Amino acid sequence: MIELFLTLAPDWALRHAAPLLVVIPMMCAPLCVFIPSGRIAWFISILASALSLFMALLLLAQVQTVPGGQISYELGGWEPPLGIEFAVDALNATILLLVAAFGVLAVVFSWPTVAAEVRAEKRAMFYGAYLVCFTGLAGVAITGDAFNMFVFLEISSIATYVLVALGASRDRRALPAAFNYLVMGTIGATFFVIGVGFLYAATGTLNMADIATRLPELEGSRTVQAAFAFIIVGLGLKAAMWPLHQWLPNAYAYSPSFVVVFLSATATKVALYALIRFLFTVFSPEFAFEGASFGMLFMPLGIAAMVVCSFQAVFQTDVRRTLAYSSVAQVGYMLLGLSLGTAIGLSAGLLHLVNHALMKGALFMAVAGVVLTYQGTTLRDFAGLGRSAPWTMTAFAIAALSLIGVPLTAGFQSKFALLVAVQDQGLWWAALLIVFASVLAVIYMGRIMEAVFFKPPHNPQKIHKEAPITILVPLWILALANLYFGIDASFPIGLADSAASAVLGGGS
Amino acid sequence: MTEDHHVILRVVAKLLIPLITLYAFYVHFHGEYSPGGGFQAGVIFAVAIILYSLIFGVPAALRAVPPVFARCLAAFGVLLYAGVGVAALLGGGNYLDYDALANDGPGEHVGQHLGIILIELGVLFGVAGSMLAIFYAFAGRVAEIRDEDW
Amino acid sequence: MTEFIIERANYWAIIALMMVGLYIIFASQNLIKRLVGLSIFQTSVFLFYITLSKIAGGSAPILYGRDYPKSYGDDHSAAPGYDAVLAAGEVGVKEVYSNPLPHVLILTAIVVGVSTLAVGLALVVRIRESYGTIEADEVRDIDMGVAAAEEDEDAAQRASA
Repeated sequence: MIELFLTLAPDWALRHAAPLLVVIPMMCAPLCVFIPSGRIAWFISILASALSLFMALLLLAQVQTVPGGQISYELGGWEPPLGIEFAVDALNATILLLVAAFGVLAVVFSWPTVAAEVRAEKRAMFYGAYLVCFTGLAGVAITGDAFNMFVFLEISSIATYVLVALGASRDRRALPAAFNYLVMGTIGATFFVIGVGFLYAATGTLNMADIATRLPELEGSRTVQAAFAFIIVGLGLKAAMWPLHQWLPNAYAYSPSFVVVFLSATATKVALYALIRFLFTVFSPEFAFEGASFGMLFMPLGIAAMVVCSFQAVFQTDVRRTLAYSSVAQVGYMLLGLSLGTAIGLSAGLLHLVNHALMKGALFMAVAGVVLTYQGTTLRDFAGLGRSAPWTMTAFAIAALSLIGVPLTAGFQSKFALLVAVQDQGLWWAALLIVFASVLAVIYMGRIMEAVFFKPPHNPQKIHKEAPITILVPLWILALANLYFGIDASFPIGLADSAASAVLGGGS
Repeated sequence: MTEDHHVILRVVAKLLIPLITLYAFYVHFHGEYSPGGGFQAGVIFAVAIILYSLIFGVPAALRAVPPVFARCLAAFGVLLYAGVGVAALLGGGNYLDYDALANDGPGEHVGQHLGIILIELGVLFGVAGSMLAIFYAFAGRVAEIRDEDW
Repeated sequence: MTEFIIERANYWAIIALMMVGLYIIFASQNLIKRLVGLSIFQTSVFLFYITLSKIAGGSAPILYGRDYPKSYGDDHSAAPGYDAVLAAGEVGVKEVYSNPLPHVLILTAIVVGVSTLAVGLALVVRIRESYGTIEADEVRDIDMGVAAAEEDEDAAQRASA
C-alpha cells in the first residue's frame, strides 16, 4: 500500500515534499489578507492544510521505505552543515502527520464556531493567523537547524498569542491570558536561544546532526552543560512542563474554540517533540549530566504534573479549565515515558502523545459544540446535555473514557504501554502513581459525565439542539479513532516504535 | 492656516520625504554587494511615510497610504519571497536555489543576482508594509486621553 | 582576580542586563513595564551573540584591503568573483574578519523581538480598553470580583428555584 501510494504521487511532490509542507500554508497565509470573505479564507485554509497533510503522508511513506529512514532536503542548494537543512526521520514524520491531520480536522470543524465567535471583518485574517501558526509548527517539526527551529517556534507562538487574544469577543479574560502567555512564551524562546548560542559557541555549528557529532569530544564542558540547562527550561516552558505550565490553563480556557482544539492537539506536542529531539538526538542520554537529569528532573516533574494537575483538575468548575489541567497532567505522562531513557519508555511516551491529541481534540471539539449551542462552559451548563445533544455527548463520553484509560480505548493502550515500560525499570511506585492519577481522571471526568447524563438540565427551557454537522463529523472521526486505536493499535504503536528506535539508534 | 507655526517643518519634510524614499531604494539595490538590504530599506521606506503622518497628521497619511494598502504590501512581500522559492522549484532546483532561476553559463551568477534582489525586494515590501501596519494600528486609534491631559 | 573580572566585562554586562530584565518582568505589575523588561532581557541575548562573533582585531565582514584588490575596480560586473580568486590559488582571506553568522542570526531575532513587542503592546491597548487599567493586579481583582458576583447571583437563583 505504501509503494502504491508512492508510485501514484507525482514526481515533483516526492522530491519537494519537505519544503512544500511548510511553504504551502506559508503562501496561503498572505493570500488570506487579500480576501475580504471569511468563508473563502476558510476554503483556502482547508485546501492548504489538506495539501500539507498529503505532503506529510508522502514524507512518512518515504521515511518508511528509504534505506536508513532519513530524508534530508537542502534549502537553496546549500549543503548542510553550512546551509539550512530540512531533516525528516521516523520521529519527525509522525509529528508532522499529527500536526497536519489535526490541522485539517480542526479547520473543517472550525467554520460554525468562528462565525459565532469572531467578528466578520476579522475572519479572513483569523484564518491567515491560523495558517501562520500551522507553518510555524510544521517548521519546528521539520527543520534540522537549531536556530531555524527558534525562528519557527516564534512564528507559531506569535500567531498563537494573536489567536488566543481573539477569544476576547466572547470573554475579555482572553486578553490577560494571551498577555501572560506572550510573556512566558517569549521568556521560554529566549532561554532556548541562549542555549543555542552556547551550543554554537562550543561547537561552531547550528546544524543539529552536526552538533551531535561534535558534542562527545566536549564531554564535561560547562558551556555545553549550560546550553543543556537553558534549552531544557526554554522548551519546557513551551511544552507546559510542570511547574512551567502556568500560562496554559487560562490560555486554553478563554481562547476561541477552534484555537483550543488545534493548540491542545499540536502546540505542546510540537514543543515536546523539540525537547525529545534535543534530549536524544543533539545531546545524548549517555552524557552524565543528561542521564542524571532524567532521573532527578524529568521523572519527578512528570510524576508531579500527573498527580498535582489531576488534583487541580478535580476542583475546577469550568469544563475547559478541567481539560486544560488534564492536558498538563498528560504532558506529565509523556515526560515520565521519555525520562526512562529506554526505547519502550520513549515509545510509550510518543504513543501517549499521539493518543492524547486524539482524545483532547475530540473533547475540546465536543465542548466547542456546547459553547456554540448553549454559550457556556461551566459544569452547570453541561447538566442534562446527554438528553438534548446525545450525539455530541456520546462522542464526548467516548473521548472521556479514553482519557481515563478504560480498556478498548486508545488511552488504555498508551497507559498500558507506559505501565509496562515503568515496570520494566522496576519502578513499581511510579506504576502505582500512574494508576492513582488515572483514578483522579475518573473523578474529574466522572463529575462532568455525571452532570451530562444524570443531572436534570440546569435550564429546562433549553431546546433539543445538536451541534452542526461540520462539528459532528470531525468529532466522530476522532471519537471512532479513539475506539479503533484502542482495539487495533498496531498503526500508532508501529509509528511510535520506529520513531523511538530512529531516535535512540540514530543518535549515537 | 495663518496660525500655522509648523511651516518650517512642513517645508523641510516635503523636501526630505522623497529623498528618504529614494535612499530606501538606494540601500536596497546596493545591499546586494555592500551593507544594506531589504530589511533596512523597508524600515527607511516606512519611516518616510511615518514622518509624513507625524508632520501632516495621521488622517492625511491614512488618505495617502491607506492601512489596507500597508497590509496588502506586507502580504505581497511574503508572497514574493515565497514565490521566488517556488520559481526556483519550477526551474528544477531546490527550494530557494537561486542558481535555478536563470540559465547560467560557467562562472556566471545571473541567477544569484536575480534571486537575492527579488528576495530582498520581498523583504522590503514585507517590512515596510508591516512597519506601517503596526504604526497605523497604534496611531490610528482614537486617543482615550487627550493630549492636554498629560 | 581583577583581570578575571575585567577580561569578561562584556559577559558581566550581559548577565546584569539579563537579570535586570527578568527582575522587571517578575517584580512589576505594570504591563508596559513588563514588556520593557522583556525587551531588555531579549537585548541581553542579542549582545551575547554579537559578543560571540567578535574576533580580536577583526573588522566588519566585508572584503577589504588585500582581499579586495584594485583590479576589481569600480565596475562590479567586470570584477572576477570571489570564487575565481579562490580558483586562482589564493586560498582563504588574508585580513581578519568578525564572524558574520551571529549578526545575521541576531537580525532575525531582533525581527522576532519587534513582532513580539508589537503584539504585546497591542494586547496592552486592548486590555486598557476593556478593563480600564494596565496594572496586572487590578486586572486580576476585577476578574475575581466578576467571578464572585456571578457565583452570588447563581446561588441566589438556586435558592429561589
